[in-house]
Amino acid sequence: MALPVAKQGDHLIVSVHSALVDEEWIGAQEQLLSEVSASGARSVLLDLGSLDILDSFAARMLRSIGKAIQLRGAQCVVVGIGPDVAYAMVQLGLNLDGIAAALDLDDAIDLLRRGPQARWHAD
Amino acid sequence: MLTRTLVQVVTDRDIVTARVRGRLLASELGFQMGDLVVIATAISEVARNIVRYATQGGVEIEPLDDGRHRGIQIVARDQGPGIEDVALALEDGYTTGGGLGVGLPGCRRLMDDFEITSSAGQGTTVVMRKWLD
Repeated sequence: MALPVAKQGDHLIVSVHSALVDEEWIGAQEQLLSEVSASGARSVLLDLGSLDILDSFAARMLRSIGKAIQLRGAQCVVVGIGPDVAYAMVQLGLNLDGIAAALDLDDAIDLLRRGPQARWHAD
Repeated sequence: MLTRTLVQVVTDRDIVTARVRGRLLASELGFQMGDLVVIATAISEVARNIVRYATQGGVEIEPLDDGRHRGIQIVARDQGPGIEDVALALEDGYTTGGGLGVGLPGCRRLMDDFEITSSAGQGTTVVMRKWLD
């Protein structure tokens, strides 16, 4: 199942609409890396606002996706993690280890515009 | 429909089924949004442990009412290899399965009650509860 991806300027905007099983997270990683290369996008905005939870496996996949995208010369921003999901992640002991996070898509684009020095991390 | 439900856990798809069922029951019991996410996250972690370490088992989700308090109980049970050192498995960062090592200690923080019974060769049972009031 491919994730819907929209290209807007230098950004790839990816929406995760429902809970992903493990193999779908792995598929998402492969898809995003190949789309970053094919499109020449400078950033990937990963909208997670519809996810019910983020557990340890999902957090590990997000870190892996974010770092691999960075190694392809682009930036990854996770967008829309809700307050309840964020609280449960912190209680569980999860962090996103240097992957930038933003409240919504506007916030993410603003973050990217201000450049790497200004961005704050979700860890 | 506040009844006990058992989800067989074999594949990663069953992890999602278990947490969706748990969240539904918790919601019917009257848990609010923050607790629903907490309960679903804890179920996801214990179900994942079954898939990762034991290959199969089950997650039983049931309403609790001891006369004074109501809540939800989650029992994750498998007949897998068991955990040699339970105290060590409850330490943050300890893993034998290539994960982050946050699952069990994290679930203990997420839930109100957390008990684990395991020994090498005997499988593992995790009992977790969250109380409403």
